[in-house]
Amino acid sequence: MTASTQTKVDVQAFNLHYGAFHALKNISIKFVDRKITALIGPSGCGKSTLLRCLNRMNDLIPTVRTEGRILLDGRNIYGSDIDVCDLRKKVGMVFQRPNPFPLSVRDNVSFGLRVAGQSDPAQVDAVVERSLRAAWLWDALSDKLDEPALELPLDQQQRLCVARLLAIEPEVILMDEPCSALDPIATSRIEELMLDLRRQYTIVIVTHNMQQAARISDFSGYMLLGDLIEYDVTKTLFTSPRDPRTQDYISGRYG
Amino acid sequence: MKWNSETIVRQVLTVIAFSSIAGLLLIALFILKEGLPFILKIGPQAFLLNSNWDPANGHYGIYPMIVASIWITLGAMLVGAPLGVAGAIFLNEFVPKPAMRVIKPTLELLAGIPSVVFGFIGVMVLAPLIRAYLGGPGLSLLAGALILGIMILPTVISISTDAIAAVPASYREGALALGATRWQAVHMVILKAARSGILASIILAMGRAVGETMAVIMVAGNAVKIPHGPLDSVRTLTANIALEMGYATGLHRQALFATGVVLFIFIMILNSLAGLVLRKKVRRS
Ligand SMILES: Nc1ncnc2c1ncn2[C@@H]1O[C@H](COP(=O)(O)OP(=O)(O)OP(=O)(O)O)[C@@H](O)[C@H]1O
Ligand SMILES: [Mg+2]
Repeated sequence: MTASTQTKVDVQAFNLHYGAFHALKNISIKFVDRKITALIGPSGCGKSTLLRCLNRMNDLIPTVRTEGRILLDGRNIYGSDIDVCDLRKKVGMVFQRPNPFPLSVRDNVSFGLRVAGQSDPAQVDAVVERSLRAAWLWDALSDKLDEPALELPLDQQQRLCVARLLAIEPEVILMDEPCSALDPIATSRIEELMLDLRRQYTIVIVTHNMQQAARISDFSGYMLLGDLIEYDVTKTLFTSPRDPRTQDYISGRYG
Repeated sequence: MKWNSETIVRQVLTVIAFSSIAGLLLIALFILKEGLPFILKIGPQAFLLNSNWDPANGHYGIYPMIVASIWITLGAMLVGAPLGVAGAIFLNEFVPKPAMRVIKPTLELLAGIPSVVFGFIGVMVLAPLIRAYLGGPGLSLLAGALILGIMILPTVISISTDAIAAVPASYREGALALGATRWQAVHMVILKAARSGILASIILAMGRAVGETMAVIMVAGNAVKIPHGPLDSVRTLTANIALEMGYATGLHRQALFATGVVLFIFIMILNSLAGLVLRKKVRRS
């Protein structure tokens, strides 16, 4: 871990309530630029909730209330001057279940361009090719651009969702258990892809799979019941955790 | 076999089901039996493509009625389809779930308003307005299309709403997460995903519009002639049957049955189209 340890996303004393339920309790965590940070913890501890705060997807839930700040490059994304659509173009998300649109492969990848009002065919084609290459799909799909995306195998669908995201050149990529619907071979392909993407993007991944967190992440945070218990360099967190609760979880003694 | 109550219920239901299907089949056969020989006798050309409808003197051309039916139906779709789909989008996007539980049944209730009531409103309100502001007799193709367009709204809205609501939430999330605005998510993804359901709602509504009789008789004017503009008075196929069946005899009566056959074919085509569209959707998902 050399050069950059610059903070990309800085979560400061952040609280989130679903109605009366306090789901994130005074969370402070810094996500480092061009590193992979894994969020681990038992089911229901608030990993997805935290992730969805980073691109304000939680705004869609009417009962949600938040306090605190989240800075992206030093700017509070919960500030009143923020355009949520612009934010989501910078902080992209890959979901647990692959969710390509019921459109062609090409139209999936070019979706973000069309959202931005760009329709020059030559440019669209260039971006589609570049994004599919970056998601390691070009060889498989270059002659299937007009086929429906929903007919692809699941791992290609998930990588298509990554490609669709890369097309809008985000800065941060959020992944919520991106491999949980995939088999081990497909999983390892996505993991390699993530390691490759780390060169350019800040990645935050939620995972239930501790081997996965250990394999691919640079930093890890352990959450429990809405608290961030411990946050450290992955190797340290997995080999010599400071908190006994982390120790219990990573050694499989939890629950 | 043991005769417990369940097998008895099943037998009874089977008999009822078969007799109702048989009843419908018999009606269809009856119409065909009365109408087809007539078409064969005077020839499809003289029946379908001839503009002279004068049964007293042996002329049985229903071409003006076919044209009128097509125009009125297309006009109704032009009014009803965009409004209906817009209404369905509005209900799904802007109306909270609890309110929908009231609005949806109310809407379906509206579908049950007798068509004579729509016709009444057309005669009392719409036709005078058209006569005053646009000219012509008021009772016209335009009046018929507008009234039918309104009548089919509940069908379009209700089926389209279901189709839109059935689109997985993950599509919407995916679109919003890519920075799409709510409206972009709707028209770029959700409407595409709900496309076949929406199309089916429009085709079914079209079937209803082609077959509607009472309201069109009241507002369309019923003149047997090829319309030259939307303000002309027209008579549809359905109106033709309903207006003349009471006193028609012999060949004239058969001609009306043959008109029914033509209608029957129209509606069958529309329904199979709707079926095809829906089946395609099932196969793809
Ligand atoms: N829309 C919601 N309304 C109310 N409570 C919610 C909502 N979404 C999540 N919760 C609650 O917030 C807590 C955290 O949920 P979250 O989905 O963030 O957990 P998670 O760590 O991602 O769990 P998992 O590993 O199962 O995905 C849970 O107790 C959950 O029941
Ligand atoms: Mg989760």
